[in-house]
Parts: sequence; C-alpha cells; structure tokens
Amino acid sequence: MAKVKIRENYHQARWDEPIIYELSTPGERGILVPQPEREIREEAGDILSKLPENMLRKEKPNLPEISQKHVLAHYLHLSQETLGSNLNNDISQGTCTMKYNPRINEKLATLIHEVHPLQDESTIQGLLSIYYRFEHMLKEISGMDKFTFQPGGGSHAVYTAASIIRAYHESRGELEQRNEVITTIFSHPCDAATPSTAGFKIITLYPNEETGVPDVEALKEAVSERTAALFITNPEDTGIYNPIIDEFVKIVHEAGGLCFYDQANANGMLGIARAREAGFDMCHFNVHKTFGTPHGCSGPGTGALGVRSHLAKFLPVPTVEYDGEKYYLDYDRPESIGKVRGFFGVAPVILKAYCWTMMMGADGLREVAEISVLNNNYLQKKIEAIDGVETWYAEGRRRLEQVRYNWRKLYEETGVGTDDIMRRIGDYGIQHYWTSHHPWVVPEPFTLEPCETYSKADLDEYAAVLERIAEEARKDPDFVKASPHKCASHVIAKPEELNDPSKWALTWRAYLKKHKKEEPSLG
Amino acid sequence: MGKIVYPYIPNSVPEIKEQMLKELGIESVEEIYKEIPKRLRFKGKMNLPEPLLSEYELRRHVEELLANDKDCKKFLSFLGGGTWQHYVPEVCDTINTRDEFLTAYVGAAYADHGKYQAIFEFASMLGELLDFDVVSTPTYDWGMAAGFAVRMAARITGRNQVLIPKTVSPDRLLCIKNLCKPYIEVKLIDYDKDTGLMDLEDLKKNISDKTAAVYFENPSYLGFIESQGEEISKIAHDAGALLVVGVDPSSLGVLAPPSHYGADIACGDLQPLGIHMNAGGGLAGFIASRDEEEFVAEYPTQLWGITETTKEGEYGFGDVSFERTSYASRENAKDFLGTQTALWGITAGVYLALMGPKGMQELGEGIMQRVAYAQKKLNEIPGVKTPLFNSAHFKEFIVNFDDTGKTVAEINRKLLDFEIFGGKDLSKEFPELGNSALYCITEIHMKSDIDRLVDALKKILS
Repeated sequence: MAKVKIRENYHQARWDEPIIYELSTPGERGILVPQPEREIREEAGDILSKLPENMLRKEKPNLPEISQKHVLAHYLHLSQETLGSNLNNDISQGTCTMKYNPRINEKLATLIHEVHPLQDESTIQGLLSIYYRFEHMLKEISGMDKFTFQPGGGSHAVYTAASIIRAYHESRGELEQRNEVITTIFSHPCDAATPSTAGFKIITLYPNEETGVPDVEALKEAVSERTAALFITNPEDTGIYNPIIDEFVKIVHEAGGLCFYDQANANGMLGIARAREAGFDMCHFNVHKTFGTPHGCSGPGTGALGVRSHLAKFLPVPTVEYDGEKYYLDYDRPESIGKVRGFFGVAPVILKAYCWTMMMGADGLREVAEISVLNNNYLQKKIEAIDGVETWYAEGRRRLEQVRYNWRKLYEETGVGTDDIMRRIGDYGIQHYWTSHHPWVVPEPFTLEPCETYSKADLDEYAAVLERIAEEARKDPDFVKASPHKCASHVIAKPEELNDPSKWALTWRAYLKKHKKEEPSLG
Repeated sequence: MGKIVYPYIPNSVPEIKEQMLKELGIESVEEIYKEIPKRLRFKGKMNLPEPLLSEYELRRHVEELLANDKDCKKFLSFLGGGTWQHYVPEVCDTINTRDEFLTAYVGAAYADHGKYQAIFEFASMLGELLDFDVVSTPTYDWGMAAGFAVRMAARITGRNQVLIPKTVSPDRLLCIKNLCKPYIEVKLIDYDKDTGLMDLEDLKKNISDKTAAVYFENPSYLGFIESQGEEISKIAHDAGALLVVGVDPSSLGVLAPPSHYGADIACGDLQPLGIHMNAGGGLAGFIASRDEEEFVAEYPTQLWGITETTKEGEYGFGDVSFERTSYASRENAKDFLGTQTALWGITAGVYLALMGPKGMQELGEGIMQRVAYAQKKLNEIPGVKTPLFNSAHFKEFIVNFDDTGKTVAEINRKLLDFEIFGGKDLSKEFPELGNSALYCITEIHMKSDIDRLVDALKKILS
C-alpha cells in the first residue's frame, strides 16, 4: 500500500494583511466612472443643486482611496487566506457536502450575467427551459409534483415550507388549533427556527440512547390535534437512517399534520430512496450541496422546495410553466404565499446545478450516492481505529453519508477537546472540521462527510492526520490547545470581547471608537 | 463502452471500489443500503435525460439552449424595478471567481481568515456609506432584509404593526407580508398623487401605540426621492415607533443616508455594487443600525467582529453575540439564518474599495444628470409625460403614455424590434398611474443610448 501523505511542511499564506482602511492614500483611485457626455452635463446643469437641501449628502462617504493594483492585491491576499473546498481535502465540513464545483459550470453561468429578470419572456426562453428541465429532474429524484427555486438557501426553503404549511392549515380554518411543529434534535436547527419564525411552537424529540433515533412512542406522545407538521431530516446529522420514517409520517398524517422532509443533504440517497415513497408532503434540496454548486463563503445558494400536488397552489410566485409552445412565468396563483425573494430565485445556481446533473444522468447520480456511502463507511473504519474516537448510538448499524464522531475519551484523557483538534487540523492544509450544530448532544463532537469527490488517498490522508493529532494531544496537549500554528491567523486572545457590547466592533469605525485607535490619516 | 469513470468521482475506478469494499469486508454497497428497508427503496431507474458525459457536449448543449436568449448587452435595456444594470468592474469578477472564495463555506476564522476579513471590510465600508456602526453579514435580498428589520423593530418596541407607503415595491411587500405573519399587521399609507411623497396626514391618522415601525424606501420603488425623512422620523418617534428605511446604496455618494434623517434601521440590496444582475440572482440584502445593545441583540444574521489574536499585532475575527442566532439557539433564536449571499457581500466590498468616495459621488451625480437629460428628451415626444411625479428622482422614473393611444405592453413589444427593453410596465401594479412604465438609467447609458430610445419611441408612437 502506498504510504499515506501527511502535509508536514504545509503553511498557509499569512500576509499579515492590513485592514483596507489602513491601505488608503488620499487621492488614489481604484477605477474611474464613465462621465456623461458634455451635452448631457450641459442639459442637466448643476443637478445636485436641484435636490432638496436635506437630501444632499453633506460630506463624501469615508471610503478608502486605493489604486487598482493595490485593491486587487489586497483581495488576492485575503483569498489566499481562505481555504475553499476546491483547494483542500474538505471532508471536514460534515453536513455540508463539500463536493467539487466544476469550473465549466462557472464559465457557462457567465452567459446569463447580464440578463434582467423582467426581460420579455420571449427573450429568456432558454433560461426558462433550464428551470423547467431542472424541475423535471428534481421531481424524478424526489417524487414530488412541483418545485420552487425561489428560496436562496436551505434554511430559506425550510422557512418557505413552514409558510406553506401555515397557508394550508389557514385554508382549512385550522391554523389556530394547529400551532405545533415537531422536529428532532439531530435535524438541522432551521427545522426548529423557521417554523418558529412562521409562528409555530416547537416540540423537539431526542434520540433513544441505543437506536440513535427517536422512538415511535415519543412521537406519539408529541402528536395531537395541535400538530401542524413534522420537520425532520433522515438520515439525521448522525448519519443514522430512521428505518421507520414512514410510520412517523403516517402517525402525523393521521393526526391531520403535514410532513416536511429536510433533504438539505441528499447525497447518499440519489436514486436510492425518495421522499415520496416515505409518504412526505414536501421536501427540499440544497442545490449548493447535493447538486454541485459552490457555497460562496455561505451563499448565494438555492433551496429547491418540492411539494405534492395538494400543496402546489401555495408555492411562491412566479412558477415556471410550459404551455406546449413556450415557457412562461405564472404569477396568477391566488392562494400563493406570495414571495420569499425577488424575481425567480438565484438563476446562475440553477443553471450550474442543471449542468452538474446533466453530466451525471441517472446512473451517475446513483454512482454519486453509492460512492459517498462507500467513502463514508471506509473512512469510518479508519477513524474509529484511532485511539480516543467513539461513535455513539446504534452500534453495529451502518451510517450512510456522514458520521457524528466524538473525542470524549481523548478529552478525558488529555484535556484536548474537539475545538482544539478542529483548529489544529488546519495546520495540515485541511479545512477546520464541523463539530456539530448546537446543542452538543454528543460531547466533543465532530462530523465528517467524505462525499464522492474524495479519493481513497484523501480518505487515508484525513484519517492519518487525525491520528497524528490524537498522538500530539497525548504528547503535548498545550501545543494542540494553542493551535493553529500554520494557518492564516492565530487563536483569538479575548473571545469574551465578542460578547461585550463595550468591546465588540462590527465595523472598522466602531473598532476605532471603542479601542481608541487613532483615525487613519486621510491627509 | 465499459464502466464509466466519472471525472468528478475518483473512486468510480472499479479497482479502487473493489479494494475499498474488500477492506470493509462487504460484497457491494447494497450491504450498506440494507439500512433502508425495501419498502422505502426507490425501485427502477430514474427517468432523467441521457447524460452529457463530456465537458464539450455539456458546453455545446447549454450554449445551444441559451443561443437565442437575449441579454442587456445585446439589447439596450431600461429595466430596473428591483435589480439594475450597472457596470461591474473586472476586479470584482476576478475576486469572486477565485476558487478560494467561491468554494469556501463555514470554516473557522483561522484557515478562513480572509473570508472573515473580507466580510468585515464589506460591513465597514457599507457602514461608512450608511453612517451606521453595525452592518449585518449579507442576507437574502432587500425584501427579506426589510422583513427582518420590521421584525427586529417589533421585538425592540414590543409592538405589532408596521406602516408602509403604497409606493413600496409590490414584490418586496409580498416578502415583508409573509415574514410579518402571523404576528405583525402591515398597514399601507397613502401617497401624494402629485409628488409621490408619503401622505403625512394619513400617516398621522394611522400611527398609534400599536405601531412598531414606519418603513419606506429611498429612492422609492417608483424612483422619486422621499424628501420628508425628518418629518416622517419625528412622527414615528413621537409615537414611540422606529423608523426603518430601505435604501439603494448606489445613491449614497450623493444622497443623505437614512441615518441622517432619523432612521433607526436601514436595509437594502447590494446588487448595484459590482454584482451582475444574473437574471435576479445577484440580489443580496443588508441590515444596518446604530451600535446599541438592544438593536444588536435583535439581528437574525451572523455578525462578524474584529478582535486581536494571541500573536501581537494580528487581527482576528469571530462571531459577535452568537447566542442570538438559530445556529446556537434553534427555536429560541431571533428568527433564523442560513446560507445567504456572502460572496456578493465580498464583491460589494471590492466594489466600494475600487470606487472610493469620489467614485461613489461621481456615480450618483452622473446617473442623475443622465436621468435629467433622458426625461427632457422623452418629454419632447408627443403624448409622452415624464416624470409623472413632481419630485427629484435618482435612477428610475415613471414615463406615462396615456396620451399616445398605445399601451405600455404594445410599446414594449415594438421596442423589441429595435432591440430595446422598455421600462417595466406598471399598469397592473399601479393602475391609478394609468398607462405608465418605470424607466431606469444608470452610468452604463451613454447619450447615444438615450437618443436611440427616444428615436425608437418617436417611430413607434408616430
């Protein structure tokens, strides 16, 4: 077997980069603005003098003044101090499905850079056909009957689902009575937060200590005539698939509630199991996870929300339709919840996702799913061989696309916890891993998701690095606790200041005021 | 053809797959999928189009699909109404297409130090434009930002009503209304038919101790500048309500920011700041306010602050008041957060750094000059009336065609023959404005473009 490569001599770029205001030199320009022609200027005259006096800005905004090369260099430096998933072995960000984001799709998305969404529909038939085609694909993948691509992210789609559930119960005159949403602690926080924003009370189910999923009895106890809906992930963050999910759905349906399936991460399920067969009324996909579009430091993404036909009339406007000859946007939907974002969603993300899915096809999607669970099980075997790692719940059962592990034993032995190791892994050229959503039901957790993007060598490297860090924790715990040592920056000296209103600073001007630094010289 | 090895799936190499299965002591992946009961399995093969396995075939396919589409480079466009065609400096695209920024996500502030700094700097520069000390990380879009800002105001005041002039963007109003359900009542306030400005008498009549906030937009959706900011602010504050103002940041080189006329919270969209329209995909919202604890405590977004690290002289960044957020507190959080529009926030920062104070001022002034020229030229066309409102305008204005005998729909259809996208038809959204369209002019419009529009309209209307 080939020797596993650990990047011993890695060091991230560390530019010691000033804040952009510190680069400012009065008078410098980064770009010139096109000036109106002389005739326009003469016609318009002193246009600002025609503004109501109180609406005229008295002083120029205090923006930095920097030549173009220096703006470019500054942001290139900052980019080099950022570890995008296309650059590194990003098995780390479990639950996030950090797959390769193909360059060709970025290129093709530039074709719609200068499209205005209100253009006459005859001039965007191609783009609308991409929407329509991608909707067909997601209908097939999920078994749902109709989709909206308007939500700009996963939580946004889950919020849209909560809004639709509210409209559904309102339309039946039951909204006052049905004011509770049931979710599970290992479902994403948005499955609790967004129905709460939409006005529902939240009941959270905890897992059975042995099976790792909630018991039917716990669900039955929570369900009542007040139940509006169930919001649930499956597999949950733990990677454990709830094998009686259809029974959960049935119980909620029998009580008059709806069932929403959070499929933000559906990578291990493509062509394997669908929301429809489990009986769900709705589901959503994060296309910036499962369908290969980039995460953009956290957006723009898209939460594609699918519903069964009885809920289609509540979807936001417009929907994309086809009348046999042409594609069109349908705003005439009187029972729609309205809108959750301007126009019709993040079009370039839909275009890129369509490209990714077209390149895969049905067999390719199935390959994605199979390799992602194979990778995960292979990695799990290596990770669990590391002294100090445990995996809680459901012993002997296989995880699907991800695993929530924990360092409880190592922490008790060495005092080095998961946050320390999370920081240290950055020193090996690997993105800091995702610990867990809050609250940490599992102590000292970490969550890995080796999706289909990663090679066997990547998996071996990842496990070897964690094993190395566990050794370091035993030999020199303080060294690990003081990490990172080779990343773009070091550990924060006074984290408590970020929660102290007299110290926190969300802008440079606030920092200057609170920390009594001198104003940067503006000449 | 043998087994396909997918370029995006290294372990699709059959030998590697075999080796990994062997290591796990299983025959096939089906042994893992046994976890899913048979009755829940999808049977058969998904009915999807045949794949385009090579990059070349994919490129051909997509280019052909889009070959007959037009955009605002091929056609001359006067569309605005929520997303606007501005010039995007090349450096903005250079930075936001870097794989480092493009493909990062939620990594911590050590390996992703640059991401944190770029977003902090975006907030810092937008804060200067707004004259506010707190700016959120970028949120979905203006409509969602406005809705969140109203919810913040409701929590701060303990009240449950928002007053909004009828001139608000109808699409944003739909977002706000949905976000306000079920607790916050949205009540619409009349506007002056001559000026478009908010009807202050109607505002006074409706404001009460139930009112959490008055919300208006400046420049308004219909393009005029709401010049009664101080009066509206006084009426709101006298009633114990907050003032929330939605603003187009591209106007702030020349227009007073909302904080200068009493706004407590500002919101708006970043798209004009160096982000392509992307068929509506360029939208990115923001929320901003004074740095007061009771305000900061109510933001639903992440807030990234600057601090120092253990290395002397090194800046560090981190989450401020993280417990507010739904990542920390689930249903007990302030609303919710998730993946929003960080990449556009970074881009807006690059844009503001390039433009500087002088660039933003020249941008605003140049746009207003072009608008004045366009209004004059359009007005010379028989039957055409612009602007409809007797007020100052920024980059958008209403053109009324009542006396031309043609509808906006007809005119816009004819304009397509001249390869021109006419202004947005307002006749459905604002029937009381008659046969009117919302025209948008920015720094991308040259004199020849405006003259071309005028010539085309003359031909169509003659």
